[in-house]
Amino acid sequence: MTNINSAGGMARRSFLRLGAVVAATALLPTKLWAAMMRPAAAFTATGLEGTFAEIGGTPVETDAIVFTTPDIAENGAVVPVKVEIDEAKLPNVTKIYVMVEKNPNPLSAMFMIPEGTEKYVETRVKVAQTCDLYAIAEADGKLYMTKKETKVTLGGCGG
Amino acid sequence: MAGKIRIRARLDGDICEVKALMRHPMETGMRKDAAGEAIPAHFIEDVQVTHNGNVVMHAYWGAAVSANPFLAVRFAGAAAGDTVMVTWTDNKGEKGEGDTKIR
Repeated sequence: MTNINSAGGMARRSFLRLGAVVAATALLPTKLWAAMMRPAAAFTATGLEGTFAEIGGTPVETDAIVFTTPDIAENGAVVPVKVEIDEAKLPNVTKIYVMVEKNPNPLSAMFMIPEGTEKYVETRVKVAQTCDLYAIAEADGKLYMTKKETKVTLGGCGG
Repeated sequence: MAGKIRIRARLDGDICEVKALMRHPMETGMRKDAAGEAIPAHFIEDVQVTHNGNVVMHAYWGAAVSANPFLAVRFAGAAAGDTVMVTWTDNKGEKGEGDTKIR
């Protein structure tokens, strides 16, 4: 009897614990991501101008964004990009965007940077063909950009 | 494919550099397979990096981020032994996560 009871108690406890985990997992995204929804239209926009329009206008060119990309990429499927902001020249950056001019959808990635995080990001993107890559920063509601050409020997969208 | 994430978090002064490598095909939806059938889009849309539970980077991605994505970020106020966690969600609602202690 005691054995059956304790077994039942165990089962209920682990069931409750599982329920709590499921509930917490379900709640997490809404709570943490309420700040800003994914701008789906910006990711599906075509052409640079169309994409700029979706993020709030054409950025102003600046030398405050240090944008490191390869001059020549042998494999367009894996092109390393690094964006660093010179905060002495451009303070209060809260967002960084990476765009590839001639990709079907230029916007590759956007990064939201809270206070305390360096205005620095590194990733790898696909580049369909030789074109300009753009690093765009948003600071105090204004957009700034730096562009650099990457020559692609083998396109990033083949298959 | 609830993928694992390889993460390294190193301290330099009080700045922590996080490097993460995620396993994901990052299909654009524009490629065709050998039989000429379109391969459906399947890519990570949302990535978050947290330090002891606080968000230090939140990114939205498109399909043009390379397969098996790499991400590096740096944040201040870190100490050795703190937990850094990376989580992602893709366009099919699949999730991946990984964590590590700062060294």
